[in-house]
Amino acid sequence: MPHIELPEPDVGVLRRRPILIEGLRNRVGADLLILDEDGRRAYETDAFTAYRRIPMLVVLPRTTEEVSKILKYCHENDVKVIPRGAGTSLSGGALPTEDAIVLCISKMNRVLEIDYDNRFARVEAGITNLEITSRVSANGFFYAPDPSSQLACTIAGNLGMNSGGAHCLKYGVTTHNVLGVKMVLIDGTIVEIGGTVLERNGYDLLSLVIGSEGQLGVITEATVKIVPSPEGARPMMIGFRSPEAAGSCVAAIIAAGIIPVAIEYMDHAAIEVCEAFAGAGYPLDVEALLIVEVEGSEAEIGILLGRIAEIAAKHDPKTVVISASADQSARIWAGRKAAFGAIGRISDYLCMDGTIPLAQLPHALTRISQICAEHDLKVANIFHAGDGNLHPLVLYDANKPGDADRAELAGEAILKLCVELGGCLTGEHGVGIEKRELMSSQFSPVDLDVQMRIKSVFDPTWRLNPAKVFPLAATEPMRAGRPASMPEVA
Amino acid sequence: MVAKLASQKRRMEVVGHGALRNAGRVARSDVVLSTAGLKGVTLYEPTEIVMSARSGTPVYEIEALLAARGQMLAFEPVDLGPATGAPGGALSIGGVFATNFSGARRVTAGSARDNLLGVRAVNGLGELFKSGGRVMKNVTGLDVARGLTGSWGTLAVMTEVTFKVAPLPQTMLTLAYTGLPDDLALEAVTAVMRTPLEVSGAVHLPKACAERLKHPKLKDVDQPVTLLRLETFSTSIDERKEKLKAALKVYGTPRELDSEATWSLWSEFRTLSVMPFSTETSLWRIACLPTKAAEIVAAIQKFMDVTAFYDWGGALIWLEVPAAADAGAADVRRAVSVRGGHATLIRAQPEVRASVDVFEPLKPEIERLTRGVKSAFDPDRLLNRGRMYADL
Repeated sequence: MPHIELPEPDVGVLRRRPILIEGLRNRVGADLLILDEDGRRAYETDAFTAYRRIPMLVVLPRTTEEVSKILKYCHENDVKVIPRGAGTSLSGGALPTEDAIVLCISKMNRVLEIDYDNRFARVEAGITNLEITSRVSANGFFYAPDPSSQLACTIAGNLGMNSGGAHCLKYGVTTHNVLGVKMVLIDGTIVEIGGTVLERNGYDLLSLVIGSEGQLGVITEATVKIVPSPEGARPMMIGFRSPEAAGSCVAAIIAAGIIPVAIEYMDHAAIEVCEAFAGAGYPLDVEALLIVEVEGSEAEIGILLGRIAEIAAKHDPKTVVISASADQSARIWAGRKAAFGAIGRISDYLCMDGTIPLAQLPHALTRISQICAEHDLKVANIFHAGDGNLHPLVLYDANKPGDADRAELAGEAILKLCVELGGCLTGEHGVGIEKRELMSSQFSPVDLDVQMRIKSVFDPTWRLNPAKVFPLAATEPMRAGRPASMPEVA
Repeated sequence: MVAKLASQKRRMEVVGHGALRNAGRVARSDVVLSTAGLKGVTLYEPTEIVMSARSGTPVYEIEALLAARGQMLAFEPVDLGPATGAPGGALSIGGVFATNFSGARRVTAGSARDNLLGVRAVNGLGELFKSGGRVMKNVTGLDVARGLTGSWGTLAVMTEVTFKVAPLPQTMLTLAYTGLPDDLALEAVTAVMRTPLEVSGAVHLPKACAERLKHPKLKDVDQPVTLLRLETFSTSIDERKEKLKAALKVYGTPRELDSEATWSLWSEFRTLSVMPFSTETSLWRIACLPTKAAEIVAAIQKFMDVTAFYDWGGALIWLEVPAAADAGAADVRRAVSVRGGHATLIRAQPEVRASVDVFEPLKPEIERLTRGVKSAFDPDRLLNRGRMYADL
């Protein structure tokens, strides 16, 4: 599926591979390096598996100081660096190039400090998202962002992509839940941005770093907020005869002043597959299903779900089921969280990740169906309805010639539609290589220049995760060592 | 306009309606560039809890519009005007995001920065650009919009901001504990913030500060007062109240303020009424760890008379100190930095704000990035030069 262009490797750098190996071995020791081809092949792609490139070598540092030495060496020797966490990116954010080294921080996975009174945890960035919650849950706390990959994905990756999850309607995404980071710049400088207090001093550099997709530096430590766990939480399922009814029900819930913790939407195709996989008890005779979860004490949950049921009743629901037990709640969520895997069992798919204003939902769903039909493909829709984050899964058959290409084209058309409707190209998966060229459909050349100049401040020679996020042609001068868009410093 | 002035290399002081003109350093400028004419709400979707407004739109106009639909700005922007000798009610929505000053509900609702979704702005080259958007989740490229918050107009002039709004709480209630010394009060506050009761405001006023309260329900108070706000839908507030009282029973029996009294009381804090303007004193704003807050104030108190107002469950201290040539900067900064945190000088005579560091000095490697970011937006340093740092 060679639809997305990857830059040609720098032959000069490839030729220097033995020297680079020697140089890094001298600085951090041989045991941190993966050199053999089979070992390196494990890092050739991420969860955007259609693209693969085997990196020159992989290095697995254990400390910030080692990261600093590695980056300094690469900076001085003009080598590109691909930062990597667990490699769960769905947009190719951790895809290597052949002339780059992969710097994977998965060995840096310790908890350094937990402070319950001040409600933060300081962790090494290679720790998995779920591990933080596991470490604090016995004391009644959790780490709020919950991407579907939370069992595997690292905080480093979450910071890179500003990851969200199903529960961010109430708790926000990564950028709302991080207080500070320790980061290594490409020249090896170790910087601490933010800290343990709520507010930053000076410019909000942390906002620029979170969601920067490894463009600005390599994050080695993070101080994250931990949040008191709610007394209880319970979902309900509301099945509708049409996507329109589901969409207007979501709007009515919010208009009534209720902000649930999560409102998830699944269309008929997604319901069928997930039900077959997880046996969650989803209604199979509806066109659209909402999973709405609220939190609080037993009494509060009862009142809130009752009010939501009242609101739903005005939107002609086919089924309204309030979870009756912890077991049923777990199954309802298991079905939703397993959705991508479940669909993966029956078909190859491209998982899209656009956002739209909620009012555009019915129109967007109609158009998405049309787009996929025009490309002779099927689609299943899963959607964080509360915040307008769409995940259409474009189904295709990798063994059928041309199918994958058509899926990519359909995906592109869907993302452009999101932008047209007032939304954006990506809600939580990031741009990576996948949406790189589409950036010009959302941003003007000046908008992109403003972003690229910031990249140039942190990484003047564009060695960190290059050829991603920004359209390839726009970054060509910088990648070639000419920071063309940088204004003169007075 | 900015493009024209930029082409003439004219230095611009960026102002809205003047609410912030007495705070921060004084910008060195050739001309004043006002956003006061950029008024009006350009988008409001109550069912999507999102609003866009031109940057010069007064906050009170926005809040009135929201209230009519049962909504609000959850982060409770703080109007520094009255506390700094500038007019009250002049705060513009652009100024809110330029300073990122958030009020008591920050503990549950996040800061202004957290609620910002997108901006349109003009940089020091006169280029109009946008970042972010109108949807809640957006990771398309660098988060430049949030990166502009707290930059006091030194990177770009925001022309339009898009932000999240929230439903007004149906019922509110305040528990007022009296007589607790600072350390005990903050211990109590820290304990409740560890519970899932979602206390949406937790402030402590030592005696001198409490005596300045104007609220009819509290103006008789002549001892320290610790205030905890609960908000929820009506039928559950009593349950939460009882749980909160049970959790804090060793700290005494609180007074209770109902919804209406709660609303008016916490509105006072929106204008820092307990830190009124005076030329006799200076005012610091200190971000710190809640468990260190009382200690920081006690440490500074060894050197000078202070009046403190603890907000954000102890994570923010507004500290009034006697007016002095350096506004006590050396002692304040030393006390804060060894305990983690940073201090910003909010109110002082202009010559004091010109001579001491108003913002906490930056570490060298952060200063290098800060200068880089400034030059990426405003290479000729035309926008609000000197507003944050002497030569930026």
